[in-house]
Amino acid sequence: MTATLFFVQALNGLQFGLILFLIAAGLTLVFGVMDFINLAHGVQYMVGAYLVAAFSAWTGSFGWALLLALPTALAFGLLLEALVFRHLYDRDHLDQVLATFGVILFLNQGVKFVWGAAPLSVPVPELLSGSVEIANGLLYPVYRLAIIAAGLVIAALLYVLVNHTRVGMLVRAGASNAAMVSALGVNIQRLFMVVFGFGAMLAGFAGAMVAPILSVEPGMGDNILILAFVVIVIGGIGSIRGAFLAALMIGLVDTVGRSFAPNLLRLVLDPAAASQTGRAIAPMLIYIFMAAVLFFRPSGLFPVKR
Amino acid sequence: MTEIAETHPAPAPSLGTRLEVIPVMLFAAFAAAPLLATFSGAEGYVLSLLTRVMIFGIAAMALDLILGYGALVSFGHAAFLGLGGYAVGILASHGFEDALIQIPVALLASAAFAFVTGAISLRTKGVYFIMITLAFGQMVYFLATSLAPYGGDDGMTLASRSLIAGSGWLENDFTFYWFCLLCLFGAYALSRSIVASRFGRVLRGTRENAVRMEAIGFRPFRFQLAAYVISGMMAGLAGCLLANQAEFVSPSFMTWQRSGELIFMVVLGGLGSLHGAIIGAAAFLLLEEFLPEILHTVSFFLSEETRAHLAENWKMVFGPLLILVVLFVRGGIMGLLRRPHHG
Repeated sequence: MTATLFFVQALNGLQFGLILFLIAAGLTLVFGVMDFINLAHGVQYMVGAYLVAAFSAWTGSFGWALLLALPTALAFGLLLEALVFRHLYDRDHLDQVLATFGVILFLNQGVKFVWGAAPLSVPVPELLSGSVEIANGLLYPVYRLAIIAAGLVIAALLYVLVNHTRVGMLVRAGASNAAMVSALGVNIQRLFMVVFGFGAMLAGFAGAMVAPILSVEPGMGDNILILAFVVIVIGGIGSIRGAFLAALMIGLVDTVGRSFAPNLLRLVLDPAAASQTGRAIAPMLIYIFMAAVLFFRPSGLFPVKR
Repeated sequence: MTEIAETHPAPAPSLGTRLEVIPVMLFAAFAAAPLLATFSGAEGYVLSLLTRVMIFGIAAMALDLILGYGALVSFGHAAFLGLGGYAVGILASHGFEDALIQIPVALLASAAFAFVTGAISLRTKGVYFIMITLAFGQMVYFLATSLAPYGGDDGMTLASRSLIAGSGWLENDFTFYWFCLLCLFGAYALSRSIVASRFGRVLRGTRENAVRMEAIGFRPFRFQLAAYVISGMMAGLAGCLLANQAEFVSPSFMTWQRSGELIFMVVLGGLGSLHGAIIGAAAFLLLEEFLPEILHTVSFFLSEETRAHLAENWKMVFGPLLILVVLFVRGGIMGLLRRPHHG
């Protein structure tokens, strides 16, 4: 029983980790290439979820909604870049934190303004509804497996894109030394825009994918943003590979920790105290993990060489 | 502002005296406010709003001490508000209702937390520092949400305000106001003298160039850590007062958004002047309080329904306002006050 429970929790952790990766990938690239802290990355995830909710209500099909939501999320990201973020690239981190914090305030209220404060729900697509038996008597929702598959496919595509294409080469070069890339005649402004739009789209995609299993509500991006930051800091800022591994670690530690910390503590404490402390410690685990990583490796596990 | 005169050798003398006037006027305004409040007809409301301003003024000033003078962007300072608040709440629920016990315990807890987390955080630089302080802030936040005996997510209501040496005179809003003003003034005087001391100059030197400070024989880490601990204790004191004012503590004291708001208060007021942080806190809280009404008033040409809608969604104006302040108002409110003399 415990083994199957562990297996299910591990799958949930994997799924959560992959969603985190989709968000963190854009964040780490934007930070790595442009040295830009974008707190508003979380609201782009929220906007993705809202777009899918709106489009699926309109078209009645999740597939079409996703197809429409992605370019809209991209366009929205580019619009934000042109309106606000572009003016912040040469400012210090403090200004960037504050201005993007303003964007969060605006958009969290903005979605309330447009769609109301009540959470929206998106039906799970017909094709991917139901569960499959993945082991003896163990049912797991197909949709969650689909998220895992989609996450892995995107991760593989990103790997190819970053490591084996011209644009990817420029992005990697930009992460090491943006000024030099610019001096070599690359239009760095356009590269920034591409990276930014792409990151926004990935976050929007993550939001769209989780819309059927979470409630779509204002502020939904705020907490996941912090987790994405934990991921990129542990992984080493600017490193896609680091973000991938760290995202999976965080996903697993958080999900498995929440369900097993009380059980583990029961070995040393009496049951009541164990469940009490377990529930207190579980949500703190990832932050303790992050503090430990930074204590020993102040620039993350896979720092980008500069 | 004598130390400004020391670091910048040639400011016009009129500038120095002019800037000294601002903190004097600020405290005079706080001292006069309760008298004016009695004439306003809504004294309870005015007093509680201004008390809140002073409490956040202490917290913002604490942050300014490390942010403005040490360039340490702590994105987890709300945690100290929570530590102070929970120290009051938890002690009170165990029968220790005297501020003479609560405040020292809160300060000790804040100092211990600041010492441990500061020692780890200060190993990192730049954005990693921002993120690790954020992580520690979140850690305390989640700890508070899981403290089931003390209310968990919902927080806990205090039976009454803290006693002082056994007497309940903080229950009176006027007395509480004066007590907060005293704390604010004490914190300001302490910060002023810290900033003007040798310690403060080392801190500022480190802000400008840590390597150079090391080369001339200082160990910046120790100074930064000490400043971080002092700042944490001051914010912890603000937390005690905040819990007393609301007679309530909850994890919402220390959300990361609250930490962001504290940073905004400091930047809005103007980095590195201490009283700027108080002015920033005042501007932030008053704006938050009155923006809905202001919006309602200035949109007089629109229909009543649209006006109500606009007032309800005031954050959609507040957010862009924040962005505009960051983009165009360099140096915050203090910078605006200073500008005309630079011509």
